[in-house]
Amino acid sequence: METSFALTGKGYVIIASDTTAARSIVKMKIDEDKVKALGPHLLMAHSGEPGDTLQFAEYVERNIRLYNIRHNYSLSPSAAASWVRRSLAESLRSRHPYSVNLLLGGYDVPAKEPHLYWIDYLGTMSEVPFGAHGYGSYFALSLLDRYHNPDASLEEGIATLKRCIDEVAKRLIVSPSKYTVKVVDKDGVREIEV
Amino acid sequence: MSIMEYNGGSVIAMVGKECVAIASDLRLGNQALGISSNFQKIFPVTDRIYLGLPGLATDVTTLQELFRFRVNMYTIKEEREIQPETFAHLVSSTLYERRFGPYFIEPVIAGLSQTPSGGFKPFIAATDLIGCLNFAKDFVVAGTASSKLFGVAEGLWEPDLEPEDLFETISQTLMNAVDRDAYSGWGCVVHVITKDKIITRTLKGRMD
Repeated sequence: METSFALTGKGYVIIASDTTAARSIVKMKIDEDKVKALGPHLLMAHSGEPGDTLQFAEYVERNIRLYNIRHNYSLSPSAAASWVRRSLAESLRSRHPYSVNLLLGGYDVPAKEPHLYWIDYLGTMSEVPFGAHGYGSYFALSLLDRYHNPDASLEEGIATLKRCIDEVAKRLIVSPSKYTVKVVDKDGVREIEV
Repeated sequence: MSIMEYNGGSVIAMVGKECVAIASDLRLGNQALGISSNFQKIFPVTDRIYLGLPGLATDVTTLQELFRFRVNMYTIKEEREIQPETFAHLVSSTLYERRFGPYFIEPVIAGLSQTPSGGFKPFIAATDLIGCLNFAKDFVVAGTASSKLFGVAEGLWEPDLEPEDLFETISQTLMNAVDRDAYSGWGCVVHVITKDKIITRTLKGRMD
């Protein structure tokens, strides 16, 4: 089943998402990248109804790019999260709501701070030190409660993330086999191997 | 599964002597799963009005943004600050606009209204999710722990409490009520509004 985790540390946010695209009980694809870079310092993991997720992620990506071109500066993570949340909240009360859950992480360059936002398909948003979506969240959140440290180095952050991935692999029946892991910090967005 | 209990959370407001207090828990959940222990449900409207919005979390944020907009428009057009009574009716009519597809929020309003002589009179009110106003002289409650809050508040509240005593009363009421509610808790925030200052304190609570 679909699972995504994210956590903040000293000057960075790590976002991980599994790479399966499933339909009913069948894995259709095992190398789907579900963590999108929305800008030089912004990352978003998307999960939920297939089709809606990609459509909405691209809609967000292009609108954030448009803002960038029009105003000649990037939206801060908090501003981007507010815009995304409002899009989902308005969509919820429309004829065809998007069924998309998000983890939006970014590095606020002027303030030199990492930010992570937990957003669900209803338009519920909360800034969190760590967050997760999907069945994996039931295992990952309790692990992160115990091991998360907001001042941890990137290596320590990755080690904590590995604990989450291993626990899900061990305890969840329908556990994903592969994850994409991306980091955003002062140097921008990059993919890492775990 | 009720949509009013999907995210959990509770708010209470109490009247004191020339002061009012409003307090809420800090939990954001998805049914029984806790997501955040720092989800604010109380927002300042003016220097002397605070608004509590327990209910569906998406509507907490949407309504907070909507009320900020409407109060800003009022301030610009009228060239004065909104009074709590007026604001309560703004809340009521905003919710009734969505009579047949409501926002799932039960707002609580606490503030000090200015009297013609220049003094301040405590004001509290609450509405249901479609904007039916309830003006109370003592206390108002809302959210998933409302039934427990009624019980404890009924036992602890007394008239004409000074700000510090009112703080103690509202804190004890909220903390003890949310401990009996699985969907509320994870810390509390209390605001006491007096005529010349606002006292805001965050309380630690049980994390289970």
